[in-house]
This record gives sequence, C-alpha cells and structure tokens, in this order.
Amino acid sequence: MATVISNERLAEGVYHLVVEGGNSGEMGQFYMLRAWGAYPLLSRPLSIHQVNDNGVEFLYHVVGEGTEILAALNPGDPLELEGPFGTGFPQVEGKVALVGGGIGIAPLYYCAQKLPGSDIYLGFSREPFRTEAFRPLAAELTVDVGGLILDSVDFSAYDHIFVCGPHPMLKAAQLKGIAPDSGGKRPAVYLSLENRMACGIGACLVCSVSCKDGQRKACADGPVFLAEEVLFHD
Amino acid sequence: MINTTATIAGVSFKNPIVMASGTFGFGREYGRLYDVSLLGGISGKGLTLHAKAGNPGIRVYETPSGMLNSVGLENPGVEAFLAKELPYWETLDTARIVNLGGNTLADYVLGAELIQRDADARLLAGKPAVDMIELNISCPNVKEGGIAFGVKTPAAQEVVRAVRAATSLPLAVKLSPNAEDIAEMAVMCEAEGADAVSLINTISGMKIDVRRRRSVFNNLYAGLSGPAIKPVALRMVHQVSRRVTIPVIGMGGITSATDIIEFIMAGATVIQVGTYNFMNLRAGSTLVEELQQFMKEENISSLDEIRGIV
Repeated sequence: MATVISNERLAEGVYHLVVEGGNSGEMGQFYMLRAWGAYPLLSRPLSIHQVNDNGVEFLYHVVGEGTEILAALNPGDPLELEGPFGTGFPQVEGKVALVGGGIGIAPLYYCAQKLPGSDIYLGFSREPFRTEAFRPLAAELTVDVGGLILDSVDFSAYDHIFVCGPHPMLKAAQLKGIAPDSGGKRPAVYLSLENRMACGIGACLVCSVSCKDGQRKACADGPVFLAEEVLFHD
Repeated sequence: MINTTATIAGVSFKNPIVMASGTFGFGREYGRLYDVSLLGGISGKGLTLHAKAGNPGIRVYETPSGMLNSVGLENPGVEAFLAKELPYWETLDTARIVNLGGNTLADYVLGAELIQRDADARLLAGKPAVDMIELNISCPNVKEGGIAFGVKTPAAQEVVRAVRAATSLPLAVKLSPNAEDIAEMAVMCEAEGADAVSLINTISGMKIDVRRRRSVFNNLYAGLSGPAIKPVALRMVHQVSRRVTIPVIGMGGITSATDIIEFIMAGATVIQVGTYNFMNLRAGSTLVEELQQFMKEENISSLDEIRGIV
C-alpha cells in the first residue's frame, strides 16, 4: 500500500501525482495503480515520471473512469501500487534526443535525469505543462504548441532517439527513423507504446503488439520497443 | 483441521482454487509475485495445435462489473508449450491442467495426441506430467459450416468423442453459456466419457463506440467475464450439477471466499478464478487465505459438508 503525497493539477485534465512507496524502477517502466475497490475492474498502468528517495511520481491525463478517480485523490489517501513492470528504455551512450508528445512526456523526465546532456523536444496540442522542470536537465529544450514536434528533430544528428506520444506520432517517428540516410547518423529509435492492459505482467495477452518476429507483449517485452521491430497495422 | 481438498478423476487438488485459462498465462508471471504452488491447480493459456497470433485491434474493454475480451486465443501452440512451459510446471506442486482449443476436429485430436504422448513419456521417466486436459469447445468455429462447436450439442459431441478416443488423461470439457442447452451439453459430455465439465466460459457480448459508430472490437463481439456474470454462472453450475454425476468445475466472476462457497454450495467440486487475477495480481494467495478463514468462522471442516447443499 502506498500513500498520496501530492496530486497537483498542471493543465486541463493533466495531473502530477507524487506517491510514497514503491521507490524503484528504471526509465520507461510503469506501475499498475489502483485507488478503488472492485470497480473499475482493472488497475491503470502509468509510466514512471520520476523515482525519488521515498517513492515514485507519475504524470497522467484524465481519460476515463479510473484516471478520474486518481484525479480526485488527496494527500494522505491510500492507493495500491504494483510494479515496477515492463522493459523500459536502455541506458545508452552517445547523442540522445528525447521526444515527447502531450502526456507522452511523462516517462521522458526520468530519462532526462538518467541521460544528462540529452536534447529534449516536447510537443503539445494546446496547453504546455511541466516544461520548466525539464529545462535544467536538457542540453537544449525545444517546446512546440500546436505543431508537430517531430518536425523539429533532425534524426541524423543523434545516435539514439526515445519517443513517447500518441499513436500517429509513434508511426511518424518510425518512418523518419527508417528514411534513407541523408549523410548524418542513423539513430536507434525507441518507441514507448501505450496499449490497453489487463494484468500488466505478461499473462493475459491483451496488450499484444505485432512485431517483425511475431506477437510480443507491450507490458512485459515493452512498453519500449525498437521502432523498426514494430508493425503498425492502422 | 480444515480440509479444503477435492479430487477429480484421481487428480487431487489441495484446495478448490484453480486459476482459469487465459487469465494466468502458464503461471510464470504470477509466480514472481507469490508462490503459485499454494493453488489447487492451474489451467494454462488456451492452446491450439499451431501457434496463433490472436485478434488485431482492441482486445479488452471494461463494462459495469465486468470486462469484454477479444484476445482470440493467442498462444504458442501445443508443441512449444510442451517444450518450453511444461518444464516450469514440473517445478510446481499444483494440479496441471492443459486447456486445449482447436479450429478443426483434426486439430483437437492431433493436439490431444501430442499431449498424451508427452505425458506417457514423462510418466515413464518418473517426471510430473499434465494431470488433466480441459477441452475448450467454447469459442472456436468449425472449419466448414461455421457452427460453433460449443453451441450445438451434436457438433460438440463429435469433438468430445474424438478427443476422448485420443487420450486417456482425465478430460474436462469447458462449456459455453452460449450453448443452446448447457445442461443437455453436459449430459452429452458425461455420456461420451468426459471426467468433468467446467463452466462457464465467457458470455458473448458487445460494446459500441457511439462516436465512431462501430463496435470497439474488430470481431464485433467479445467475451464478457467478471463479477457481472456471476449470477448466470452460479445458476448454470447449479442446473448442470443436478443433471450429471461427474464433477463440475465452476467459474464466473469469483472474487471472494464467499463467492467460492456459493459455487461449492451450488454443486461445484472445484472452482476457477479468472478476471479477478487482473483486479488483484495476488488473487490466488488472497483467496487461499480467505477461504481458510471463512471456513474456520463458519465451522466448515470440509467442503464435502456443503457441496451441492442448495
């Protein structure tokens, strides 16, 4: 059992949840959260925004019943945490770009701490949030509101690019990553996928991802995959 | 001393809590969270003769007190299971149940033969083998004609008869609540030599995305499970257990010790826990403890005392 330390609203429907308990995890991993009894039925997977000495922090967007309950939590409220789960981003060397779209910036904050000197690109459709927290961690910070953040990223300038954002953005990053080499570097592009999950530990196969080598599990084999391995069907 | 044991066709269960197929993988993942040897048994992820990729698109959707799933039997195939997963099962002290599905009659038979051959070889070598086959006739379709095996009794009869002839392992047949007459289906299974029937599988359901004006599932319909289906499941277990003399394995929305007791009182010999594994990743160990506690409180010394008393 964990306890809510703070649950601050950052923008329309976006919250920063700080929790005491569960103070471990690698960048790109997630926890299953539950702050209710039997209903809603399923726990909610949230990626690690940061791990601190006492616990773990999350950024989340209110999209349905579960996250609505999370948004109503107050300091001192109990919640259940299971995790950390999943295979996150690799610890890499070289020039790194962290590219986040909307609530997809959530796991990149921890990445920025683990990979100092990275260039950070944050894109928002409307209201930006948490950008000032990223600034001291970035070699260079680029913020875009209303446009396509990927357009700002010169893929040939990096060894590794970590991307987290909405589905179309991930597909676009995959295409950009495999585009013909323009003479610069060809980066290893890693995508953090957001799939519906039931168990979160690799047993139910609800979050299955089609990959070149067959079906894989977003929760256990991912959520982070090398972009070139993923087959996007739509 | 509280006695929670049960026996089906010579297979002993240390307690009536068996993890349901499709919700527990092959136990490895949950095995990292608690000792799965505490459980009465594990029914593994539904297998088909050949590996299956499952369904594209959304695979799960929550409903009031339940969930719809459209996983589509993604699985590694019988041979890969025998080679890669059964060695893990060997290390467990719990009843090992293989859930076998199929697309065609031939697939079912070949799958059962492979499992039988493997079990024979293991027993000869003095190693633990599969304890029971749970035949899943509840969701796949016949290759020709498109009639679900699990809905019409004559089609189901053909599969049960063929698989019964292909294996001497204890055989449970998992029945669908979508069957035209589930009690008649169970009576047929007993007549064809099944050692048990397990019920219920998911109930066919639907969810429409009204903004996109389409079903959320690529396959249109999906299987409803969870507490929402418990009253239906309990009624069917009660009905079926009055019509057959073979043991009934009951399941559908069990999330507590009292739910377990209800199923036992309705006539189940053991029960299976499915969706609750997603609500509580330690569902198995929670229920084992709760059941002991409840039996102590209610002065129930053995499940035989209350089985089928309603």
